[in-house]
Amino acid sequence: MSYHWNWGILLAQEPGGTGTYLHYLIVGLGWTLATALAAWVIALVLGSFIGTLRTTGNRWIVRLGNGYVELFRNIPLLVQMFLWYFVVPELLPVRLGDAIKQMPPPWGSYVPAVLCLALYTSVRVAEQVKAGIQSLPRGQTFAGTAMGLTQLQAYRYVILPQAFRIILPPLTSEFMNIIKNSSVALTIGLMELTGRARAMQEFSFQVFEAFAAATVIYILTTLVVVLGMRWLERAVRVPGLIAASGAAQAAH
Amino acid sequence: MGGFDWEVIRTSLPYLFKVGMVFTLTLTVLAMAGGIVFGTLLAMMRVSGLRSLGLLAGTYVNLMRSIPLVLVIFWFFFLVPYIGAWILREPRPIPVGTFYSALITFTMFEAAYYCEIMRAGIQSIPRGQVWSGFALGLGYWQTMGHIVLPQAFRNMLPVLLTQTIILFQDTSLVYVISATDFLGAASKIANRDYRLVEMYSFVAVVYFILSFGLSLLVRRLQVRIAVVR
Repeated sequence: MSYHWNWGILLAQEPGGTGTYLHYLIVGLGWTLATALAAWVIALVLGSFIGTLRTTGNRWIVRLGNGYVELFRNIPLLVQMFLWYFVVPELLPVRLGDAIKQMPPPWGSYVPAVLCLALYTSVRVAEQVKAGIQSLPRGQTFAGTAMGLTQLQAYRYVILPQAFRIILPPLTSEFMNIIKNSSVALTIGLMELTGRARAMQEFSFQVFEAFAAATVIYILTTLVVVLGMRWLERAVRVPGLIAASGAAQAAH
Repeated sequence: MGGFDWEVIRTSLPYLFKVGMVFTLTLTVLAMAGGIVFGTLLAMMRVSGLRSLGLLAGTYVNLMRSIPLVLVIFWFFFLVPYIGAWILREPRPIPVGTFYSALITFTMFEAAYYCEIMRAGIQSIPRGQVWSGFALGLGYWQTMGHIVLPQAFRNMLPVLLTQTIILFQDTSLVYVISATDFLGAASKIANRDYRLVEMYSFVAVVYFILSFGLSLLVRRLQVRIAVVR
């Protein structure tokens, strides 16, 4: 093969003048995490809400929840990204749309990327929350209401605290998915880790060093998340239950 | 917004479907076939009980599953020409074009996910099935090919198809190497005529109808398989 390896490129200055290429990539990881975490918080709140609604008896609320899930699950993430970035600002009132389009560089793509990833992931969280709630014995709700709790209180103090602890393993894999999925934001100009690896390849022509460095950074991030979540799972395990280890979701 | 322009969609329909959708569907079907074959081999390696084979397949699967698909697409886009040059002993990287690059990428990437599905499928078969195969005098490949894998496939068919719907949606990411898939074709028209709202909304609707329709079919299949058992 005629490829010239040059690992020293990682310590060379990047043309933007912010430091070495390695530093440039690590700032990219920062953007990846900033995007993933912000989207994750919204996804968790929204997903829990919708997942819980789908377990209530009301037929119309359940249908509405199902519609929401099908809508966001059957459109590719990249297409959703384009919808948030190109289409939504046009559909909003003109002044609001213009304000969104005129946001300064990182934020103009950061905000749509976060919203897109948040709603895309909220659907997956909702599925897990629903499954978690339905895995609990019915008697739990009955016991709660028999003790004089309202339905809302039964959810708040009896059902949800158990359900969340049961679905922690599948939520871990969703969290890793959101980190990986944030790379799609490079298509709307967010310079996160993959975007920066691609830019580094264009500036330096050292294709494989750039992608190898990004790959190693992703693997290390995955390791940290897995170890952290394993610790959390042990800490909040429901005593008396065989660890309900949900099978890894067929998704990415 | 100046009114929704239906005309741009109508006039670009032949291009969108004859060029774009054909690319997307061909890529999906071939990558599914290749991914299931390669994924099944990986799964057989993982459950083989041979330590080195299991470790090799396990490392491959975990590597593929811990990096983003976009990065994998970039990797193969640049790597495949070099591998081609190495195999054919050419001094220069061989240009392969976006379609074959994408096909290799998705086959290799989805194999990791199909592998985990097939592994669960193989492990769901009672051990007695393998023993009876051996007791009848069948070899390893015969037992696998005639007894274990057909049952594993049947049990896992809905999951394999659901993964294929995900694959169908994921192929839109070939946009990053400027391939002309369905989204890529729409994007080219959108930027040429500056009709982004129309084209991207249309693309979203088409993807939704196809994915949702397929997932309904998978659900019906699931019910039918459950009844037969």
